[in-house]
Amino acid sequence: MAASGRIRRFFRTEQGIGMLLVSPTALYALLLLAVPLIAIFVISFWTQTGVRDFDTAFTLANYKEALTDPLYRQLMLRSLMVSGLVTLITVVLAFPIAYFVSFGVKPEHKSLWIFLITIPFWTSYLIRVFLWKVILGYNGVLNSGLQAVGIIEEPLSFILYNVNAVIITLAHAYAPFAILPIFVALEKIDRSLLEASRDLGESRTMTFLRVTLPLAAPGVVAAVLIVFIPTIGDYVTPRLVGGPGGLMIANMIQTQFLRLNNAPLGATLAVLAMLIVAVIAIAFLILGNRAAGGKKGARK
Amino acid sequence: MADMTADKPLISLQNVNKHYGDYHALRGINLDIRQGEFFSLLGPSGCGKTTLLRTIAGFEDYDTGSVMISDRDMRGVPANKRPTNMVFQSYAIFPHLSVIENVAFGLRKASMSKSEKMRAAEAALEMVGLKGYGHRAAHALSGGQRQRVALARALVLKPKVLLLDEPLSALDRKMREQMQVELIKLQREVGITFILVTHDQEEALVMSDRIAVMFEGEIAQCDDPEVLYRKPNSKRVADFIGVMNFLPATVRKEGETYLAEIAGLGETEITEAQCPGGVPVGEATVGFRPETLTLLYEGQSATHREAPAVVDEVVYYGDMTYYDVRFEGVEKPVRISMRNIFGRDVLGVGTQVRVSWSPGALVVFDQSA
Repeated sequence: MAASGRIRRFFRTEQGIGMLLVSPTALYALLLLAVPLIAIFVISFWTQTGVRDFDTAFTLANYKEALTDPLYRQLMLRSLMVSGLVTLITVVLAFPIAYFVSFGVKPEHKSLWIFLITIPFWTSYLIRVFLWKVILGYNGVLNSGLQAVGIIEEPLSFILYNVNAVIITLAHAYAPFAILPIFVALEKIDRSLLEASRDLGESRTMTFLRVTLPLAAPGVVAAVLIVFIPTIGDYVTPRLVGGPGGLMIANMIQTQFLRLNNAPLGATLAVLAMLIVAVIAIAFLILGNRAAGGKKGARK
Repeated sequence: MADMTADKPLISLQNVNKHYGDYHALRGINLDIRQGEFFSLLGPSGCGKTTLLRTIAGFEDYDTGSVMISDRDMRGVPANKRPTNMVFQSYAIFPHLSVIENVAFGLRKASMSKSEKMRAAEAALEMVGLKGYGHRAAHALSGGQRQRVALARALVLKPKVLLLDEPLSALDRKMREQMQVELIKLQREVGITFILVTHDQEEALVMSDRIAVMFEGEIAQCDDPEVLYRKPNSKRVADFIGVMNFLPATVRKEGETYLAEIAGLGETEITEAQCPGGVPVGEATVGFRPETLTLLYEGQSATHREAPAVVDEVVYYGDMTYYDVRFEGVEKPVRISMRNIFGRDVLGVGTQVRVSWSPGALVVFDQSA
């Protein structure tokens, strides 16, 4: 009786209410994120003996195989290359758009522009990938268009079912993710700083390089991470438009789990991919912080 | 010949006009600013003073007229190519750079070695009283320090003109008064022409060699502080600079002299010199500063003229007391400032008093002006 009273009282305090509010999400995250993650990590040290049978003795054999087999290394490197290129293309193309919306659009029209930029999200990711199939295909929009105007005679075959198609599709899909953080960073720049730079003798170009770019760096770093981290593990796009030469590490993880019945090796690949992404992301965060002059904040 | 060049203004604006759409932001601005002058643009917000400053800096275009700096037409010359530097209202300190990097920002293209640039930046910091602050992060500075950094950053480039856009408005009163004195000293030390934009008439009076008072995109009066205070050329300027009491009057001409019948004060002779806008025969307004009136105590007699009044309000300031008194037959009270002398009591509300006033301290305006 006393205990239940105490519990009831606890849930009326601010702390208790906070816990109540956060608990559904916390439980969800715990059950569907933390538990599977731990499971994957644990499984990666096991050996699969049958369809549902595991030898739970600790082994590093999976890691040895994953790190030595050239196939996995090639897939991992290709994944890194693809998401690196996608990130580069996306961020380089997103920056001018974000810059234009922030500096070239009247304040009252900015939200409209941002709204327009998000329109691609109104259709499902899958449909957008299929859309690129229609555009890039052998008899697709691009090939028939180019043939109709007489630029090419034979349809181009290097644009679909290979790495290029994966890069084009992913870059398009992630463009808004890159535009928004850069836009926010640019919006935060006090415009009088740009005037001050001009006033102190710098041209437009030098003002951009010495003031705008360093101050936009946090947004660029955010954009890079937001694009790089999910694309490295992207599974749908390489599967649909990548062809055999465009497959990435996520496709191999799926194959290991579902087709080859080697969940421990799939788990190992997943853990390794996660580690590599984490290392790259942290390195990039540190670099980005430096570029933004973050280190100067430490000395007071 | 030598005298002629010495008299040539450093900055010369001729008939500068600017529109924002339908809004006439600058109306026929004519202004000459001399080398080494501490010049202020004073006016209420929205009067065009900042626009004018930004026009000189090269941040705003103008429709017609000309802006000359050192005999060079500035039309089409961008801000980075002008011999002016600005201290922004927000100070515009680069948050990603340290203090010394901020100060040295404009020295990139200077033909100096890296160590010379650093020395110049250090010297500029020392000049504004921030010696040893160079390595600090810009965001770790207080408002007053930011302002000093902005000053050092502009002065290190040795501009012909330093433009200050309401630089003290973000500081608290004490800091502001301290910075006013420091700025005056600094200006004398470097000998650079300063152009200050402010809405604070006291600040303008304290700091400036000359002041241009602006209303609605026009320069209403451009004079040194004392002339502005004593001989404002319109009621509006008089009202904006300091406190000015106004009483209605009628002016008539008798022979060669002008006589003014002032409500509550009686009749007095006025001279043309007292009428900056010309003698307004007929309906007029006379203005006088609070310190030109004196309350007479027991046994004191007026040096010039005296008039009876009733104390309506008392505002005690420690060193000063402001009395609002009502003259006979006048509804609107008039403000009188009195220095508090030891041994003399502050008078209470409702006290009957005699007020001493001198006809020579009056300024006579047209009723409408």
